[in-house]
Amino acid sequence: MNPSTSLPSRPADLLPSEVPLSLIDPAGRPAPEGELTMPADEVLQRLYRGMVLGRRFDVQATALTKQGRLAVYPSARGQEAGEIGAVLALREQDWLFPTYRDSMAVVARGVDPVEVLCLLRGDWHCGYDPARERVAPQCTPLATNTLHAVGLAHAATVKGEDTVALVLLGDGATSEGDTHEALNFAAVFNTPTVFFVQNNGYAISVPLAKQTHAPSLAHKGIGYGIRSVLVDGNDAAAVYAVVSAAVARAAAGEGPTLIEAVTYRIESHTNADDATRYRDRAEVESWLVKDPVSRLANYLTERGLLDEQAGAALDATAEAQAAQLRARMNVDTVSDPRDLFRHVYAQQTPALRRQEQELLAELAVTEATEEDHR
Amino acid sequence: MSTVAERLPELAAAPIPVTMAGALNQALADALATDERVLVFGEDVGTLGGVFRVTDGLATRFGENRVFDTPLAESAIVGTAIGMAMNGLRPVVEMQFDAFAYPAFEQITSHLAKLRNRTQGRVELPIVIRVPYGGGIGGVEHHCDSSEMYYAHTPGLRVVTPATPADAYTLLRQAIDCPDPVIFLEPKRRYWAKETTVLEPAGAGIDRAVIRRTGSDVTLISYGGALGTTLEAAEAAAEDGISAEVIDLRSLAPFDEDTVAAAVARTGRAIVVHEASRFCGYGAEVAAQLSERCFHYLEAPILRVAGFDIPYPPPNLESHHLPSVDRILDAIDRLQWPDAVNGTKAGR
Ligand SMILES: Cc1ncc(C[n+]2csc(CCOP(=O)(O)OP(=O)(O)O)c2C)c(N)n1
Ligand SMILES: [Mg+2]
Repeated sequence: MNPSTSLPSRPADLLPSEVPLSLIDPAGRPAPEGELTMPADEVLQRLYRGMVLGRRFDVQATALTKQGRLAVYPSARGQEAGEIGAVLALREQDWLFPTYRDSMAVVARGVDPVEVLCLLRGDWHCGYDPARERVAPQCTPLATNTLHAVGLAHAATVKGEDTVALVLLGDGATSEGDTHEALNFAAVFNTPTVFFVQNNGYAISVPLAKQTHAPSLAHKGIGYGIRSVLVDGNDAAAVYAVVSAAVARAAAGEGPTLIEAVTYRIESHTNADDATRYRDRAEVESWLVKDPVSRLANYLTERGLLDEQAGAALDATAEAQAAQLRARMNVDTVSDPRDLFRHVYAQQTPALRRQEQELLAELAVTEATEEDHR
Repeated sequence: MSTVAERLPELAAAPIPVTMAGALNQALADALATDERVLVFGEDVGTLGGVFRVTDGLATRFGENRVFDTPLAESAIVGTAIGMAMNGLRPVVEMQFDAFAYPAFEQITSHLAKLRNRTQGRVELPIVIRVPYGGGIGGVEHHCDSSEMYYAHTPGLRVVTPATPADAYTLLRQAIDCPDPVIFLEPKRRYWAKETTVLEPAGAGIDRAVIRRTGSDVTLISYGGALGTTLEAAEAAAEDGISAEVIDLRSLAPFDEDTVAAAVARTGRAIVVHEASRFCGYGAEVAAQLSERCFHYLEAPILRVAGFDIPYPPPNLESHHLPSVDRILDAIDRLQWPDAVNGTKAGR
């Protein structure tokens, strides 16, 4: 492998555009002709469907925190275009490396929502099978997943497999050293990795202005020799177009891409946070009018690709899925204490076996005492 | 919104009800007010006042020059704190949660802990790293680690952990005044515990353990988040006729061996209680030191009540992992009491 062959010769080829690329403006009208190609009608319809279902899932998950069914939930409301657009651009064989914020994306990738929410329900850490789903466990230690995505992608190259790894991260996570090490590694080894930064304006309470002094987060790519793209993160069509192109380039051996999607976190950091402490309502309002879901709806309606009937049918599907999720999440789960000792090592150590026995004996006594009291 | 720091007159003499988070807030405010070299920075510690509100109101009161949010990078937070300390300031930095301090590990172990030694005492780093730690709050993964041993095993770092609001105040003031780097571990599950007390900087020294309850039959040794459970167990043991003494270590590094050894020499029996995993946990060090120093006074092996040797469990299973009153009482039963009918002092 010769790392340098695919490097574009001119820095200008690597730099992002000055304004975010877009295909559909906030009102739902086609954006002025640019370098992006509008996805096929059928893709636009799938994007819309994914966003409507994703938003309903997200609202349902937030509601489940209020009912005490989830320990916590970091909402992605307002980020649907990024969550859905990026994931739908992946091919079957590609991998997704999501964060705690990206439950919606993981569900859109096809993972059972109850398995996704296992973490936040407190049953276990990761509730799905990463290899089967081609989705890494949702990552909380910020930016650490960028390196995993680079490694997985590089392994694919080494093994001669056609697999691209898409890693999701936030604006805040771009300040961590790991992000920079990952970008550099990816560039040096020309790995098929797509870095998708959702710049939602905040890292908990800290605004982007305190996070970076760069013209954009996408500009960080140039220093590593990585092609970078700045995209309107509330425009699902544009997100899909740039991620698809990045995936295609990666698959063709043309290396990694850094994408910054400019969007906004409508809700607080999580249900436990109070965003009124650090931002005003007017700012939130200014983003509500750029809503990604109604933007695509307006465009599709204008183009005759969405009518009232189809819209209503989709809403009904979303409601039905939410009701089903609610019902499944309202079942009390019983966690098996033996699970605590099961997966620490490939084979249970004698010490862990002893500790498991200690706990089971203790639980037997507790149960017997409770019986006595009944 | 008035902050705890504003509501409390500085060093109020009358006892007031205060949470541990409030006491820490007051300690930071008083340190900032009395020493202009003190700075507070980290993630979300400015405008938001910290995710646990420990720095609430400080940025407004002391200005952005002294209390500020940094870019999201723990290694940078500790690394720049080292540079600031080399230039005469006294940084107090926050790691948002236990597991999120790990990116700073290199700065902590290779530089913070060693610079004094490497420079034959010429470079002093009076830095405090505040770390909310431990479980018991139903937190999801990476939010509940008991990370004390990573630090305690590193020579050059002081490691302290308060268990009460009053002590949180005293220890933090002492930590900020200390010429050595201090890893200041704050037990999250105690943040909202209230106590009616006077907050004062003077108290037991930063490196001293204190006896929280006197007793003559057995010494229970604990710290941080597990201390409350240990005190409850001592209470319950009293009903069984066992007089348990409870020591709050406060300082994990250095270890106050004199206080602990003297206590155990009196009672002849000891149990160490902590949330962290048992294997290579703090209890192992305590047990080793006590058997070296008090062997001839011991009536029974020193026991440990600790977390299992597993990664911290998910919320729905954490109660199995954490030391409980029953587990401590069971350990007390196993201390080879001489006058027992069936092996226990009280014949339980
Ligand atoms: C290494 C590390 N440090 C700190 C945290 C605590 N933390 C969780 S989310 C968050 C903000 C992240 O902001 P950003 O990367 O913009 O993602 P967003 O939450 O906006 O999706 C912080 C500081 C963490 N999870 N990991
Ligand atoms: Mg963000």
